[in-house]
Amino acid sequence: MLGKIVTRLLTGVLVMWLAATAAFVAIHALPGRIEDVLAGDLAYPGLREAIAAQWGLDRSLLWQYGQFLLRLGHADLGTSFVMQQPVSDVLRSQLLPTAELAGSAGLLAIALAILIATLTAGSASRQGAWATRIASVLELTFTSIPVFWLGMLLLIAFSFQLRIFPVSGASNWRSLVLPAVTLALPTAGILSQVMREALEAALEKPFVTTIRSRGVGELALRFRHVLRHALLPVVTLGGWLIGSLLGGAVITERMFGRPGIGSVTLHAVTAQDVPVVLAVVLLAAFVHVVISTLLDVAYLFIDPRLRSQ
Amino acid sequence: MSEIIYPAPPSKRPSEWSIQAIPASVLLAGTFVLALAVAIAFPPLVTHFDPLTSDIAQTLQPPSLQHWFGTDRIGRDVFSRVIYGARYSLLIGLASMLVSLAIGLVIGMTAGLGKRLTDESASRVFDVLSAFPPILLSLFVVTFLGQGIVNIAIAVGIAGIPKFGRVLRSQTLVVRRADYVTHAVSYGLSRTRVFLRHVLPNVLVVVPVIATIDIGSAIIAVSALSFLGLGPQPPTPEWGVMLAEGRDVLRVAWWPSVFPGLAITLTVIAFSVIGKFLQRKVEGRTR
Repeated sequence: MLGKIVTRLLTGVLVMWLAATAAFVAIHALPGRIEDVLAGDLAYPGLREAIAAQWGLDRSLLWQYGQFLLRLGHADLGTSFVMQQPVSDVLRSQLLPTAELAGSAGLLAIALAILIATLTAGSASRQGAWATRIASVLELTFTSIPVFWLGMLLLIAFSFQLRIFPVSGASNWRSLVLPAVTLALPTAGILSQVMREALEAALEKPFVTTIRSRGVGELALRFRHVLRHALLPVVTLGGWLIGSLLGGAVITERMFGRPGIGSVTLHAVTAQDVPVVLAVVLLAAFVHVVISTLLDVAYLFIDPRLRSQ
Repeated sequence: MSEIIYPAPPSKRPSEWSIQAIPASVLLAGTFVLALAVAIAFPPLVTHFDPLTSDIAQTLQPPSLQHWFGTDRIGRDVFSRVIYGARYSLLIGLASMLVSLAIGLVIGMTAGLGKRLTDESASRVFDVLSAFPPILLSLFVVTFLGQGIVNIAIAVGIAGIPKFGRVLRSQTLVVRRADYVTHAVSYGLSRTRVFLRHVLPNVLVVVPVIATIDIGSAIIAVSALSFLGLGPQPPTPEWGVMLAEGRDVLRVAWWPSVFPGLAITLTVIAFSVIGKFLQRKVEGRTR
């Protein structure tokens, strides 16, 4: 058990280190001088020298690599020369709106997926096949709709026609509703697919027959007894969930004119502000690796069957 | 004159691939994809409007008999732009999928056939690539390569490598341990021959399936990057670009953005319906 946890933690650290290394290699593999790569589309006297000093470009490659890792270890993400600010300051100031958006979208997606999956999982014999069929059509649609188009449809319906929610901005909870729904639906579609398969497998288990024979109603059976079995495979999707919410935030923030990490990233991509893009990408990978590592470890505690194997 | 009576032909059971055995949803999806193929190959067959010609007297006209999908901000026919757009959106999506497939195939098969260390390293490569959210990884690549059609195809393709690579690695492992491969080896066939005749074809069996299932997400990713303004530039009738243009007039007109988005969604649905059907067919055969 302990050995498993240690192995998993070490794999997490390894992947993180490889990701940082890949980023370092990517910067150096590009044609052209690194000063020019990092400066983006800027040019003013002294800029190249400042970059060279910060990245230690006059030293050996190995020294630069060591210093790069060391800086990351101290959460020092370098300086955005385009914005003339430390990258960590830029990101910190934009973290809250993105966390708000991704957090509420994540909760909404999970709630929706649980609801759809639990209500429509077909246990071969019971429940007409139509419920399952409707659910799979819904899931297919959710997963096939591009986030940005979904956002526009919601804008047309709820902002321009019904005028319930504002078109853009991030001032109050009302401006959060449409972006959160937009970001949540495609994620909910995938979660629900996974959860429904797990539920259908669980519904075939003998314990379900036992509980039914006690006269427990179908809904109580599903929500109280079967659902917890279906949540297990979803736990392993945690890392993916965070990643897809962060990625989707780029488009959603742009769509609804919200501030946040996504907007900053997009701006940085067009301005070729490499330090910012690099930091965001590494940060997302870091969050992804940490969450999925922790969830995998938690999984060992939740499911006793995995410990002995 | 007496007629010769032939015995009735044995009644045919609907074979695995006969029309009756294919669900209606798959037929519908197939028809849609065929229609797309026509739109890509011969757009003038479908529409007689030019996608780039603007008509200032006809700006933002709602859908009508003449302009089925209405007209956009500078009076271009939205229907013909959607039709010509199929070319860009599908072909860029296809190109990016081929990038993921080619690289994923090489790494995945090397991992599946190689020694333990090779396999572990390849798996870590997939882990690292999939640690980055796909859109962010693509944005990262675009930052370095610059914007444009070819570069977004590469960027989306790189983000798709781990998905293909993992499937092809595990398929290679399954085939490598299959009885027919063991037998072929025990007959004394050379490694190359076993690989070319027995391993490779049976690994490649899954390629059409995963390709069909995943081209949808490639199309979405490509149009997302174009929507963000990183791919083809206006006035190109690419679906993502059209959506970005439509967003600016959303307050007054829904049609310039609803129809291109509908085209993307239906295309993705069609490919994934066909892909899942193929998956069910192939799964029974290789295991």
